[in-house]
Amino acid sequence: MVPISYYLVLSGILFGCGVVGFLIKRNIISIFMSIELMLNGVNLSFVAFAAQWHALSGQVFVFLVMVVAAAEAAVGLAIIIAVYRNRETLNVDQVNLLKL
Amino acid sequence: MNPGGESMQTLPLGVDYIRFLPEIVLSIFGMIVMVLDPLVDEQRSQKHLGMVALLGTLTALAATLLMSQYPGSAFWNMIQVDSFSVFFHFLVIAVAALVILSSYEYMTVQRIRAGEYYGLILFGAVGMALMSSAVELVLIFIALEISSISTYILAGFRRREAISSESSIKYFLLGSFATAFFLYGVALMFGATGSTSIWQISQVLHSRVPLLAYVATAFMFVGLGFKVASAPFHVWTPDVYEGAPAPIVGLMSTGPKAAVFAVLLRIFFQANAPGRFWLIWVSAALSMTLGNVAALVQTNIKRLLAYSSIAHAGYLLIAFAVPQTAIADTGISSAMFYTVAYAAMNVGAFAVVSHLAGAGEHRVELEDYAGLGRRSPLLAATLTIFLLSLIGIPMTGGFFAKFYVFSAALKANLVVLTIIGVINSAIGAYYYLRVIVLMYMREPREETALPRVPIGVGITLAITAITTICLGLFPGRVVNYSLRSAHELVHPEMSATDIRRPSVIR
Amino acid sequence: MTPVATPFFFYLLSGLALLGGILVITRKNAVHSALALILTLLALAGLYLMLYAPFVAGVQIILYAGGIMVLFLFVIMLVSIEKSQREDQFNKQWIGGLVGAVALGALFVRVFVRSKALHDLTGMPMAQLPEQSNTQEIAVYLYGNYMLAFEIASLLLLVAIIGAVVMAKKRI
Repeated sequence: MVPISYYLVLSGILFGCGVVGFLIKRNIISIFMSIELMLNGVNLSFVAFAAQWHALSGQVFVFLVMVVAAAEAAVGLAIIIAVYRNRETLNVDQVNLLKL
Repeated sequence: MNPGGESMQTLPLGVDYIRFLPEIVLSIFGMIVMVLDPLVDEQRSQKHLGMVALLGTLTALAATLLMSQYPGSAFWNMIQVDSFSVFFHFLVIAVAALVILSSYEYMTVQRIRAGEYYGLILFGAVGMALMSSAVELVLIFIALEISSISTYILAGFRRREAISSESSIKYFLLGSFATAFFLYGVALMFGATGSTSIWQISQVLHSRVPLLAYVATAFMFVGLGFKVASAPFHVWTPDVYEGAPAPIVGLMSTGPKAAVFAVLLRIFFQANAPGRFWLIWVSAALSMTLGNVAALVQTNIKRLLAYSSIAHAGYLLIAFAVPQTAIADTGISSAMFYTVAYAAMNVGAFAVVSHLAGAGEHRVELEDYAGLGRRSPLLAATLTIFLLSLIGIPMTGGFFAKFYVFSAALKANLVVLTIIGVINSAIGAYYYLRVIVLMYMREPREETALPRVPIGVGITLAITAITTICLGLFPGRVVNYSLRSAHELVHPEMSATDIRRPSVIR
Repeated sequence: MTPVATPFFFYLLSGLALLGGILVITRKNAVHSALALILTLLALAGLYLMLYAPFVAGVQIILYAGGIMVLFLFVIMLVSIEKSQREDQFNKQWIGGLVGAVALGALFVRVFVRSKALHDLTGMPMAQLPEQSNTQEIAVYLYGNYMLAFEIASLLLLVAIIGAVVMAKKRI
C-alpha cells in the first residue's frame, strides 16, 4: 500500500511544475497550460485527502474544480484569441504591457 | 446521522431561499438583460438595458433588507446570513448600482454597444455578494471565480484599444494563477482539518493546530492577496487598471476587493486560520510603502489611482494583524468601515475620471486635469472631496477610516506598523495634493469646453460625495453596525436566531 | 477489494504524470505541450482510480482530457504556431523561477513528510471507500449538502459562455 503522503508529494511537484512553467514560459497558451497543471496538482491532493479522511466530499470538490477549470479555459482561450487578433503574436514580451 | 434528532431534511426550506434572495434577484435580472439584449434597438439599447440592470440592483438591495430579517444559515450550512454578510451585501450591490449609473454615458462616448456589459456586472455582483455570506471554502471559491471571470471580461471591453485586451489577458493569467494558489490552500486546509466548512475548521483548529494548517493559510493568503492587490502580489494592478474601462476600474477596485476582504475576515477571525500575524505584517508594510512611493512618479491618473489602491489595501490590512482576543472586534469593525469609506471615494473618483476621459480614453494624463477648477468648478470640487478623503483629511470618510484602523492597531500594540502607516499617509498626501494643485493653480492646457455632466454620472457623484462627507461627519451608525457584526462574527454562538440544521449526510 | 493500489502502478503512473508535467513546461511547440498535458491528465485519472475515486477518474478523462484539452488544441490550431515557435520560448526569469520552485518543493516535502497529522494518519490503512456505489454517493452529496455549490456553478458556466462569446466576437 502506498502511503498518502506519496500522493501529496506528487501533487506538490506537479503544482511546482505549473508554477515554474508560469514563471518561465513566454507563450500565453503555454502559460495557461501551466495553470492547468497547477489545478491538476490541487485535484490530486483533494482526492488523496478524501481517501485519508474517509470523506467523499473531497471527490465532490474535484468535480466542482473541474467545472471551474472548464469555465476558465473557455474564457481564457477566448481572451487569447482577442489578443492574437490585436497583436498577431502570443509572446508576452511583445504583448507590450505584459511584463509578467 | 442526525445529531439533532430532527427529521432528515432533503429539500431546502423556503427560508433558505430568502437568505439567498439578493443573489437570486441579481441573477434573474442579469438573465433578463441578456434576453432583452438582442430584442431592443441597437442605438437605444444602452439606456434601456442599463435601466433594467439598475432596477435589478435596487430590487436586490430591497431583497437584502428582507434577507436581514432572517438571520441564520441556509442550504445545510453553506451560507450564513448575519449582520456581517448583510453589511457586505449592501456594499457590493450599491457599488454595482453606482457603476451601472456612471456607465450610461460612458458607453455611448466609447461607442461600446453591448448588453453583456450590464449582465456581467450583475453576475459579478452575485459572486461578490455570495462571497460575503458563504461559510464553506469551496463555495467561496466558486463565488470568487464568478466575480473574477466577470471582471476579466469587463476589463477587456474597450475592444478598439489593444491595451484593453492586454489588460484583460494579464488580469486573467495572474488571476487564475492566484486562484490556483487559493485552491491549493483550500485543499491543504481540507487535509489538515478534514473539512472545508468554516465552523468545523474553527472547531478542529481550536483543539490542535497541525503544521499543514499554517501552509494552508499562507497559500490562501497568497491567492487572496493577489485579488486585493496587496504587495508583493500587486504587479498586475497598474497595467490592468490602465487598460480597463474607467467605470469598471471603479468596480473592480472596490467591489471584489471588499468581498475578498470579507472572505479574509471570515478565514482569519471565524475559522481561526493560524499564523496570520507575520503574513499580514509584511504584506501591509510592503503594500503601503511600495504603493505610495510608486504613485509619486505617475503621470497617468488611472495608474496613480491604481498605486493608491495598493497603498490603501496596505492600510486596510493593518486591521487584520490584531490578535484574536477581545480587541479583535475593533480590528474587524475598522476594516469594515474602511471598505465602505474607500468604496465611496474610489467609485466617485473613477466616475470623474471616466467622465473626463473622453472618446478612446485619451484624456487620462495628469496634465489633462490642469485648470479643471476653472473649466468646471463643480466637477473639480467633487474630485477634491474624493482626493482629500483618500489623503485622510478630517471631515471626510477617509479620515475616520484611517483613524479607526490605526487606533485598533495601537490598541493591539502594533506600534511599528502604525508608524509605517502614518509616515506613508504623509507621503501619500503629496501626490493627491499635486492633483488638487494642478486643478486649481494651473492654466488649462486646452480651452475646449467640457461636455456637460450627464445625469447618471451626476447622481453617482452626488451619492458618493455625500456618503464620503457623511462618513466623515457622522461615522457613528456605520461604526456601531460594524462593531455589532464583528461581534457576531467572532462569537457566532451569541447571535440570537441562529438555527443550524443538521446536514443531510454526515 | 482487489489490491490494485500496488506500488508498481503508483510509481508507473506518477512517473508518467511527472514526465508529462516536465514536458509541458519544456517543449517549444505548443501542440507537444498540450499532448504532454493530456498524458499527465490520463496518468492522474489512473491515480484517482487507485484512490477509490472512479467517478472523478471518469470525469477527468471525459471532461478534462476530452473536453478542455480539445479546446486547447483547437485554439492552438487557430492561432499560427509556426511564427510563435521561432520566437524565444523562455524569459529571463528562469533563474528566479527555478529558485522559487526548489524552495516551494522543499517546503512541500518538509511539510508532507514531517506533518504530524499525516504521520498519525498515514499509519492507518488507506480508506477502503466503496467503489461500486461511488457515483451514487457523490450524487447524494452533490444534490444534498453541496446543492447550492452545484447550482451556483451553473451561473459560473453561464458567465463563462457569455464571456467567451463577447471576447471572441470581432466587434462589439
